[in-house]
Amino acid sequence: MDITKLTLSETLQALKTKQFSAVELTSAYLQKMDDNRDLNAYVLETPETALAQAKQADIRYAQGTPRALEGIPLGIKDIFCTKGIRTTSCSKIISNFIPQYESTVTAKLFNDGAVCLGKLNMDEFAMGGSNETSFFGPVVNPWQKERRLVAGGSSGGSAAAVAANLCAAATGTDTGGSIRQPAAFCGITGIKPTYGRCSRYGIMAFASSLDQAGPIAKSVEDCAILLKSMSGYDDKDSTSVNKEVPDFRTSLGQSIKGLKVGIPQEYRPQGLNEEIAAQWDKGIEILRNAGAEIVNISLPHTKYALATYYIIAPAEASSNLARYDGLRYGIRVDGTHLDDMYINSRTEGFGREVKRRIMIGTYVLSAGYYDAYYRKAQKVRRLIRDDFIKAFEKCDVILTPTAPTPAFAIGDKEVLKNPINMWLNDVFTVSVNLAGLPAMSLPVGLSHDGLPLGLQLIAPAFDEQTIFKTAAVLEKEAKFERLK
Amino acid sequence: MAIDTQTVKRIAFLARLKIDDDKIEAAKDEFNKIIDWVEQLNEVDTENVRPLTAVNETKLFCRKDEVKEGNQSDKILYNAPAAEYDYFVVPKVVE
Repeated sequence: MDITKLTLSETLQALKTKQFSAVELTSAYLQKMDDNRDLNAYVLETPETALAQAKQADIRYAQGTPRALEGIPLGIKDIFCTKGIRTTSCSKIISNFIPQYESTVTAKLFNDGAVCLGKLNMDEFAMGGSNETSFFGPVVNPWQKERRLVAGGSSGGSAAAVAANLCAAATGTDTGGSIRQPAAFCGITGIKPTYGRCSRYGIMAFASSLDQAGPIAKSVEDCAILLKSMSGYDDKDSTSVNKEVPDFRTSLGQSIKGLKVGIPQEYRPQGLNEEIAAQWDKGIEILRNAGAEIVNISLPHTKYALATYYIIAPAEASSNLARYDGLRYGIRVDGTHLDDMYINSRTEGFGREVKRRIMIGTYVLSAGYYDAYYRKAQKVRRLIRDDFIKAFEKCDVILTPTAPTPAFAIGDKEVLKNPINMWLNDVFTVSVNLAGLPAMSLPVGLSHDGLPLGLQLIAPAFDEQTIFKTAAVLEKEAKFERLK
Repeated sequence: MAIDTQTVKRIAFLARLKIDDDKIEAAKDEFNKIIDWVEQLNEVDTENVRPLTAVNETKLFCRKDEVKEGNQSDKILYNAPAAEYDYFVVPKVVE
C-alpha cells in the first residue's frame, strides 16, 4: 500500500492504530518528494527537521499522548515564516531570508504535532494566478504532467504537492483566490476562512485587508481538522478575531434538508465555459436531491469586483512591500547614495508582476489620484460587501464555480499577452476576499480532456460550519476521484 | 486620462524602482491599459457610500504599554546585509 495516498484523517487513524510509524510515514513522503522533483512543488525540503519531528511523534504515540496532528507531514507555503528555515515568498529580494521567529499559524500546527516536510512554491509574494511569477520557476500541475499545465496560483506548490501526495496536506494563503483556484486546478479541496479567523502574524504581507491563511487538503474532513488547528485569536494580529473556534468536523454528515442555497445569476455570464456551467448544474442537482432549497439571488456589483480588487490589493502591496529596501534583510545592491541603494536593490530584487503592482499601487495612492481611484474602490468594496449581506437574507450558503477555466498551459501566450487576462482568472473568487467571507473550493468533476473542475461554496462571516456541512454532501455525491 | 512617460518615471521613483529608458514607452502603454480598465468603476454611483476600510469593523483594543520581548538585537540583525557594533550599516547619508 502507498501510505502517502491516504487522507489526513485516514492517516491519523492509521497512526493511532499503529499500522505504521510516523517515521515510516514521513520517510514515505520524503521518498515521494524525491521522485517528483520535476513538479517543482517544493522550493526547500527539510528532511532532517521532518524526521526529528516524526521521531518525537512516535514517542508521543508510544506514550499514549498524541496531539491533534501528531506525526502528520505537512508542506508549508513559502510565505509563512518558519524559524530557522529559509522563507522567501519566492522572491529574489529575500531569497536568503532566515526568519528568527515562527508564524502563528505554523506554530499552532507544529504545536499540534505536525511535521514540516519543506517549503512550497508560490507566485512571488502571492501575486499571480499560475505560479509563473515565482523566482524559482513555475509548478507543473500533476494532472497530465506531460502537458505541462499550470497548478494555479498563488498557492500552486501547495495544491500540486497535495494532489501528487507529496504531503498529507498543506498551508495556503488567499488574497484573491490563491487557495481556491489552485485547489480547483489540481482537483483537491481548500478553504479560505473568514477574514480574522486565522492570525496573519508571520505571514509575509501582500494586501493586509484581504490576506487570510487556510488549509489545502485531500478532503473536506481534512480541511476541517486543519482549520480547527490553524484558527484562533492572536494578540500579535490586531485583525484576528476573538471568537470561539468550533470543531468544524461536527458539521460533517449533518442534513442539509431545508438549507437555502443561493445561485447568483451574475456568475453565469454569457460565454461561461459550458463544461464549468454543467458541473455547476450538477452541484445544484446534488444539493437539491439532498433536500436543499435552491434560491436565485443577485450580487449586482460582481462585475466591478476585479477592478476594485486590482486597485485595493496593489495599493496595500505597494505599502507593505516598501519594507524591502535592502537595509535590514534580503539582498542589497549598492549605490552611490541611499536612494540609489534602495532603487538598485528593489529593481534587482522584485520580479515583473510585483513591480507592476507596486507601480499601480503607488499611482492610486499618490497625491491627486487617491480619491479618484483608491477611495472610489473602497466605496465600491462596501457595495460588493453589502450585496452579500443582502443575499444572505435570502439564503444560507452560495454555490458558484471556482474558476472560469480548467488549468491552462505554462507560458500560454494568450494569457500572458496582457496582464489583465491573467487577472480575469480571479473573477469568481475576489469578491469573497473583498467582503471578508469564508469560501471553499472542492472538486466535482472533470473536463472533456480529463482536467479537474471545482465548485465554490460561500457562507456568511464566521459560518464556516455551513460550508463544511454543504461541502460534505457535495463531496459524497460527486464521487470525485483524486489523482492516482 | 492618459498617463505620460514623465508620470511613469515619477511613479517609479516614488516606488524606488528604475525603468530603463528603452522600456519606458512599453511601461507607459501597459500602465494606461490597466488604468483605463479600472476606470470602469466610474460607472458605479457611490454617492453617499462610505469607504470600507476593514471588513471586521470591530474595535481595536489597547494592550498595556509594556515590553514583552526585548533584548534580541542578535535576532533582529541576523538577516542584515551589513551589520556592525549591533547596528545596521547603511550608506553614508550626511556629506
